[in-house]
Amino acid sequence: MFEDFLYLLRRYGLKVSLTEWMTLMEALDKGLHNSSFTGFYYLCRCLLVKSEADFDRFDRAFLEYFKNVPFQQEVSQELLDWLNRPDTLLDHANWDEEQALKNLGLSEEEIERMLRERMAEQNEEHNGGSYWVGTHGMSTFGNSGLSPTGIRVGGESKYKRAFRVAGERRFRDFRGDNTLDTRQFQVALRKLRQFSGLVDLPPTEFDVDSTIQDTADNAGVLKVRYKRPRENTVKVLLLMDSGGSMDYYAQMCSALFQAVSKSGHFKDLKVFYFHNCVYSWLYNTPRQSYGDGVMTQWVLDNLPSDWKVIFVGDAQMAPYELSGGYYRTNAKDTPQSGLDWLNCFRERYPHVIWLNPSPRPDWGGYWSQTYDTISDIFPMFPLTVEGLEEGMKKLLSR
Amino acid sequence: MNEFKGSQNYVASEELLRAANIAMVLGKPLLIKGEPGTGKTMLAEAIAQSLGKKLIIWNIKSTTKAQDGLYVYDVVQRLYDSQFGGQGVDDIEKYVKLGKLGEAFTADEQVVLLIDEIDKADLEFPNDLLWELDRMEFHIPETKQTITAKHRPVVIITSNAEKELPDAFLRRCVFHYIEFPDKELMAQIVRVHYPDLDQRLLTQVLEAFYRIRQLPQVKKKPSTSEILDWLQALTWGGVDPARVVKEVPYLGVLLKKNEDMDAMRRVWR
Repeated sequence: MFEDFLYLLRRYGLKVSLTEWMTLMEALDKGLHNSSFTGFYYLCRCLLVKSEADFDRFDRAFLEYFKNVPFQQEVSQELLDWLNRPDTLLDHANWDEEQALKNLGLSEEEIERMLRERMAEQNEEHNGGSYWVGTHGMSTFGNSGLSPTGIRVGGESKYKRAFRVAGERRFRDFRGDNTLDTRQFQVALRKLRQFSGLVDLPPTEFDVDSTIQDTADNAGVLKVRYKRPRENTVKVLLLMDSGGSMDYYAQMCSALFQAVSKSGHFKDLKVFYFHNCVYSWLYNTPRQSYGDGVMTQWVLDNLPSDWKVIFVGDAQMAPYELSGGYYRTNAKDTPQSGLDWLNCFRERYPHVIWLNPSPRPDWGGYWSQTYDTISDIFPMFPLTVEGLEEGMKKLLSR
Repeated sequence: MNEFKGSQNYVASEELLRAANIAMVLGKPLLIKGEPGTGKTMLAEAIAQSLGKKLIIWNIKSTTKAQDGLYVYDVVQRLYDSQFGGQGVDDIEKYVKLGKLGEAFTADEQVVLLIDEIDKADLEFPNDLLWELDRMEFHIPETKQTITAKHRPVVIITSNAEKELPDAFLRRCVFHYIEFPDKELMAQIVRVHYPDLDQRLLTQVLEAFYRIRQLPQVKKKPSTSEILDWLQALTWGGVDPARVVKEVPYLGVLLKKNEDMDAMRRVWR
């Protein structure tokens, strides 16, 4: 009849199958829509849509297909979304080519020195300029600025360009009493247990069911059966990026942290934090205060290779933060760059995944460089319920 | 033909009535989702009552297996009987006990079967029931018997969405999401439970209740069952309706979490 509607629904991302479509035909045949358009709408919806999350999608498809049919409808979510789209400021008016080139030529040390000088001089607000600490301008520091390099001072990093976050080092504490709904994550994490029951352990646990079954099958002559214990043997090392560009995803990371720590079914769980990339120290808290942590080398030495390692981070940083020797220690024989450290983890642990809350930056972007490098080293999954499930499968594969 | 029109004790929205009737005519299970406390379980009772049919409830727990709903073969009892020389040990049928699903299939007249909180069970649970719910029959290998439904039961399944249900399972169901009732419908629902309620009290209670639900700080939103309890508490305590919105007495009936109570106290006027 109107098969196009089926394909339209599928284009809108609703997984309508032929079975459901035929059911709808059957229902129409039986007159279940009561010959009314509203009845038809409800009939379609309850047969073709199987989650309240998809109701909106269905509504949009329905409206598109039947738009010429008069239909009373409140303001659609689509329209609300358009209205809600945040306005991007017309920053480009402030762009200054000469200043940009000049700023690119500055080294980090110079910029840091300049920031200290300006902070001492400055005593008022500046926006759109190229010298002072301010917003929307060409100076090498401030917020939402256009300079290709620089230091961000406070606020959220709109253009993600500031190579270090000065001033704002109050990282969100993942342990806070955040009551996000973490159940979906927990369900995904539970997968890590189900499979772990299958590990090869000697059969030591008395198996009541099989014993009775086999004894009965054996005409009542006792046959004792043992089974492998169902104990979870999975040990998890969770390493979380915190602060800087990760602030956007603090809620999501917090949900993951709570799900992991609450699930409590791992044999052992250790959580450490790092900023941008792993260097010689790992920290106990997201605040990453100096000294409150362990040497990365200690972790590598003391946690055996059967630990499953989960990195969480956006994998987006300045390239020198990953491959440069900026955060190296003085010792000669230790890994020199973040990349070296990551490779140490890869060599030590066969089961490592990287969960990324951020999508890959657009092609050719500055931030995609480190993203690609890291996803070459570790299998990378998006920090979503599906991504987490995929990741769990990867961790359990042998 | 069966038709459900709501019942004396259950106020259903029009959409819900449609969905329930569609499911019954098509002979497919009706899957009900919705916030806790929106009366998912009550629906089955209401349908059974209004159709004048027997209700069989299969409560799902985290340890429930699909097999439990079909039949249980009591091997231990048989072993006992065989060792102590009981009568009729050769008769395996004596040791096969039907589960709730089996009970619904073998009933002499059509029944309403409620599979309550299907999402509590193991992730694979719904998949194990696909064939049985589709064909309304199952086979007992021990007795070489096939149990076929004499009358296709009206199957109602509720879920709190704690787990995602498998696609193959969803495809076979008629789905309905119970939205939280708006003020008008809520007033009707309350009226059904407390016909003699003072109108002034009801208005005040509804106002306070919906304001609390709208507070973003309150994480565990109170639901229908809570408003009913609250009304009972207020009536019992003889609270003056004028005080309800201002002071929100017996708050503990509405909010069950410490953080929510603190949050509410902070922002309430």
